[in-house]
Amino acid sequence: MAHSGVVSETASQPARGRLTQRLQQWLPKLALAPTAAMALVGIYGFMFWTGVLSFTGSTFLPSYEFVGFEQYAHLFSNARWATACANLAIFGLLFIFCCLVIGCFLAILLDQRIRNEGVIRTIYLYPLALSMIVTGTVWQWILNPSLGLEKLMHDWGWTSFKFDWLTNPDMVIYTIVIAAVWQASGFVMALFLAGLRGIDPAIINAARVDGASLPRIYLRIVLPAMRPVFFSSVMVLAHIAIKSFDLVMAMTSGGPGYASDLPAMFMYSFTFTRGQMGLGAASSIMMLAMLLALLVPYLYSELRGQRNG
Amino acid sequence: MASQIEKKLTPSRILIYATLLLACVAYLIPVFIMIITSFKTTGDIRSGNLISFPEVWSFEAWAKAWSTACTGVQCNGVSGFFWNSIKMAVPAVLISTALGAINGYVLSKWRFRGSDIFFSLLLFGCFLPFQVILLPMAATLGKMGLANTTTGLVIVHVVYGVAFTTLFFRNFYVGVPDALIKAARLDGAGFVTIFVRILLPMSVPIIMVCFIWQFTQIWNDFLFGVVFASGDSQPITVGLNNLVNTSTGVKEYNVDMAAAMIAALPTLVVYVLAGKYFIRGLTSGAVKG
Repeated sequence: MAHSGVVSETASQPARGRLTQRLQQWLPKLALAPTAAMALVGIYGFMFWTGVLSFTGSTFLPSYEFVGFEQYAHLFSNARWATACANLAIFGLLFIFCCLVIGCFLAILLDQRIRNEGVIRTIYLYPLALSMIVTGTVWQWILNPSLGLEKLMHDWGWTSFKFDWLTNPDMVIYTIVIAAVWQASGFVMALFLAGLRGIDPAIINAARVDGASLPRIYLRIVLPAMRPVFFSSVMVLAHIAIKSFDLVMAMTSGGPGYASDLPAMFMYSFTFTRGQMGLGAASSIMMLAMLLALLVPYLYSELRGQRNG
Repeated sequence: MASQIEKKLTPSRILIYATLLLACVAYLIPVFIMIITSFKTTGDIRSGNLISFPEVWSFEAWAKAWSTACTGVQCNGVSGFFWNSIKMAVPAVLISTALGAINGYVLSKWRFRGSDIFFSLLLFGCFLPFQVILLPMAATLGKMGLANTTTGLVIVHVVYGVAFTTLFFRNFYVGVPDALIKAARLDGAGFVTIFVRILLPMSVPIIMVCFIWQFTQIWNDFLFGVVFASGDSQPITVGLNNLVNTSTGVKEYNVDMAAAMIAALPTLVVYVLAGKYFIRGLTSGAVKG
């Protein structure tokens, strides 16, 4: 931790008293104190507290009668938790994959000296300004089995068209993928476009002179250079996927049954509506573990990269 | 990375434009559907389809969504929720931005032993899955007598928003030359003077980024609203969700869509007016976070 020496050396002016000087030294730390207190309690203290609760038999109210790993054992034998985790795997992988493909593709197209690029970019990104609840409400209406897309297709003459994913337990998780990709793919586009703008045009021109075709240049030169953008996009998208709650809540409330449950939904309903606080706490700790399993290797490689580069 | 040759309208260029345009339609169509549905009457919904225009443009659904639609047991529309969201978002945005500015200033220009570690520890707040703090936060707010109040929600949003605002300001202030600060020090300016006289006046763009980012995050939040608020302090997202999932009588999609529009309008307006800052916040929050 380098000591930035801009202002830390004392500019001793005889006119000033020792007290003022002391104060000047302490002011910066004092200014950070409220945030430090909030972070210490709100992030680390509360995380620890939830950890403690996950080892207790708390139901509707917190109790501190310890039961060891019992809640975790319950959690792993819970069929609904298994569904939630399986759904997260399907949802997370598809969501990340689709966003990356669409985002990257649109960024490359937008990078071809497009007229009105600003307007188009604005259109691709506006869903991010919407609440997931709004997105969920709209898509619930569009995908409505009787009045939505199905009716539109029937009106257009495709009378055998059937689209009931929203009420089909096997397919419902994919409707959430559709809505989430609609909302977040523009974001990946923005990240990739910023990355593409950072590439030296001289490299591309040199490759062109050598006779490489444009798709080849992108595949061989540009995309490999996008590695950091790729990884940070995956991190952000995975983070969104693990935390996903609002969208499911608005689109399906986890249903039909619990077919579209995700861990965040599981945690909410067991903790706040079913009065199984200990189990809810254990599930939230598992969510934290999932996030750390992604974050730690990412940060490790980032820091190592910084040291080497 | 565009090539220097002036582009003619070749077939491949036309294909590119067509694809981009198609994507525009795909991104726009849900909101288009939301808007036209909100102006339809119930009969219109049955007779028309998703993308047919209303027979008569009616504000009925909007009026109902605003003041008489049922959101659970009560039937007062979403207007109350809307004002709750404003009462919650405005102070939370202002406080978290102010704290972020001060933190960013200290963490970039008055670094001390341990300040970098502090910054890293704080940044974890950007990644925290909030489920892991819900229970203790609910218990703490209850002890403080702030459960189910707007004040409680403001506190929660400040606590978990400050990591982002600090990140924005720190990264912005790191770009301000240290020599400027040093010169001011030599002229006798102290901690407060340097901040107020030198840094704040040049901070307008980053303050905008912070305002817009925080406003969007806080306005759109659902999790904190549904867990920490009840009845008369719930924000608009909770109101909308209640309205949509209240199953009394016939489902009125036009009212649902009007309510969704009401919930979406503030952030959409902000995005249209200041999208530049929104995108800046989005990309810097992601890449550095």
